[in-house]
Amino acid sequence: MKIHIKNGHVIDPANGIDRAADVFIAKGKIVGVTGGNPRGDGGTAPAGFEANATIDATGCIVCPGLVDLSARLREPGFEYRATLESEMAAAAAGGITSLACPPDTDPPLDEPGLVEMLTHRARRPEFSHVYPVGALTLKLEGKRLTEMAELAEAGCVAFGQANTPVLDTQVLMRAMQYAATFGFSVWLQAQDPYLAKNGVAHDGEISARLGLAGIPVVAETIALATLLHLARETGVRLHLTRISSADGIEMIAAARASGIAVTCDVAVHHLHLCDQDIGFFNPHARFDPPLRSLRDRDALRAGLASGAIDALCSDHTPVDDDAKQAPFDEAEPGATGLELLLPLTLKWAAEMKLPLATALARVTADPARILGIGAGTLAVGSAADVCVFDLRAPCRIGRETLKSQGKNTPFLGQDHHDLRGRVRCTLIEGHLAYDGAFV
Amino acid sequence: MKRNPQLNAHGELQHLITLEGLSREILSAILDTAEPFAEVAEREVKKVPLLRGKSVFNLFFENSTRTRTTFEIAAKRLSADVINLNINTSSAAKGESLLDTVDNLAAMQADMFVVRHASSGAPYLIAQHLAATGRSHIRVVNAGDGRHAHPTQGLLDMYTIRHYKKDFTRLTVAVVGDVLHSRVARSQIHALRTLGVPEIRVIAPRTLLPAGVADMGVRVFQDMKEGLKGVDVVMMLRLQNERMQGALLPSPQEYFKYYGLTPEKLRLAKPDAIVMHPGPMNRGIEIDSAVADGAHSVILPQVTFGIAVRMAVMSMLAGS
Repeated sequence: MKIHIKNGHVIDPANGIDRAADVFIAKGKIVGVTGGNPRGDGGTAPAGFEANATIDATGCIVCPGLVDLSARLREPGFEYRATLESEMAAAAAGGITSLACPPDTDPPLDEPGLVEMLTHRARRPEFSHVYPVGALTLKLEGKRLTEMAELAEAGCVAFGQANTPVLDTQVLMRAMQYAATFGFSVWLQAQDPYLAKNGVAHDGEISARLGLAGIPVVAETIALATLLHLARETGVRLHLTRISSADGIEMIAAARASGIAVTCDVAVHHLHLCDQDIGFFNPHARFDPPLRSLRDRDALRAGLASGAIDALCSDHTPVDDDAKQAPFDEAEPGATGLELLLPLTLKWAAEMKLPLATALARVTADPARILGIGAGTLAVGSAADVCVFDLRAPCRIGRETLKSQGKNTPFLGQDHHDLRGRVRCTLIEGHLAYDGAFV
Repeated sequence: MKRNPQLNAHGELQHLITLEGLSREILSAILDTAEPFAEVAEREVKKVPLLRGKSVFNLFFENSTRTRTTFEIAAKRLSADVINLNINTSSAAKGESLLDTVDNLAAMQADMFVVRHASSGAPYLIAQHLAATGRSHIRVVNAGDGRHAHPTQGLLDMYTIRHYKKDFTRLTVAVVGDVLHSRVARSQIHALRTLGVPEIRVIAPRTLLPAGVADMGVRVFQDMKEGLKGVDVVMMLRLQNERMQGALLPSPQEYFKYYGLTPEKLRLAKPDAIVMHPGPMNRGIEIDSAVADGAHSVILPQVTFGIAVRMAVMSMLAGS
């Protein structure tokens, strides 16, 4: 199968391409990105290339398929919330071609058999590439190490705890030492479980007024201090997931300046919402970590733009209606995100007046680098994972349009959010995984 | 931000969920309506027919004999039929969701839900659910939700202050005790601000104050003697048993010594100061018996006024 994507504007941050160009694909790989001369001519096909299929990307952006550092697929264990089929359809519709899934399934991803089963089930041409993050400790209990080397052979790309803390710092240090032995990276959320105990919202004016138990910013910074010190001590590659506060960003920048190998990401909802959006106890504004103050939100937006935060992820968490239709403190945290990652990234870029290439780097090349995979690029020879989207087409988020089984999002059906960016098609290794051209 | 969900499109009170965001006119109207109901209680026949034929469901997801009883009396004096449900011992234990319970009771032709729940915001959720399912005619009265609000308590406190002090705009009021966990304190502070009290003080150790309390428009005092100087009204808060010993406070004895209201500390307030408490009191912990039973105490009149205020709220929401 040979595909010619013509007349599009290619943005490939990994290779510094940002111009009108054609993309040529053969046998599931990129074989050429050409064109973009001042005359505006189409690209020249590589010698001997005869397309079986042509995608007309006139007026569209052509970029590497998005790479998402956190998407809960809910398998195994929570199939009533989502299935691989539903969430993979959502990923493709969202232009996401690679995703990492956290280990908080039931049972957790703590043994090789489970990971093999998941990666085996996920191996279908129309499915995004799935990169499981293995459990760092058995059952995520923070007591005993998992067989990390075996898990890595089964397909795990990193080890973490999802949102469950390791209480015992001795276990934490040893887990890092063990991971460092094999060169594995460790992905952890920085939140002190004692300071966050019973908390459901950012500890501040809003939580005080609504009478919601607060989680103070020091819950993040204290945990960060512990993790950063242990990273320096053990030399492990540390990736900090879902940073939420301005103070946290500063600490990570300082740690980096002192030579600690650390990266971090932020969830896309945290770029757009803050604790004020809880409004009248809106359970869709409940997140873990919590939405923090406006000042924190602005720091996250700026930090991601400057590169102080490396990557942006959907933190996709499909939750069924019953678990959200509850009082705020009983509602489950999280939002569906696969189909919102691109439009919310574009919204952030537009509001920050960022070059599109910089914004797209945070959801393509940068997360691919953290994952250590050769995705997020249109370099010749790499897998033809491509997203074609219309930058200006309005993007309506409705219960009927969402392919994810999770309909839980604060952006549901709200036109005034002015979301733009509609995926026209998604290719995974040259396979047309989503065709939304006429949607 | 969306419209305050307890008001209808005309800005009229449809539910009573919080005092925050209610205008001075609405608060005053409730207090004015309560005045004649206070007289009903003095009559030989303590009933008026305003809610005849209406069904009031007391939905108590959290135990409270006293509050439930005052709502029950208020509804009965308005001639309503009252059904009491203690749900923590029935449906919730069987795993039924809050909204399933509400749907079932709504199907029994309820006219009003009086809701007490341990989670902040639960009455909002119920009101929104009723609106979303086309049953906005069922009124919701918040009888205390988590740490969020206890609007009828706040109103009866305002009624009491108005009764004894007449004019809100020249008062200094101190709220003393566990503000962090108190829905009563939040409702009091909102109402006092709306009614124009120029100085609202809160007095508590740091462990019992929420992070953003100063943003609510209050002056914060850690030293009770400082905080009580020259106040017209002292509003004591109840300290829950489980909070007396642990990481919030070392002991009830130490709390009483520094934050208990004793006759000596009360002498720092104005000579005609009144002392209030939402009950039930912990004598010897937050309040000395000599104060609770003393000349400044208006704690029992608060209870009496509470019935009139609840009658006023119920009749305004559902009265024909």
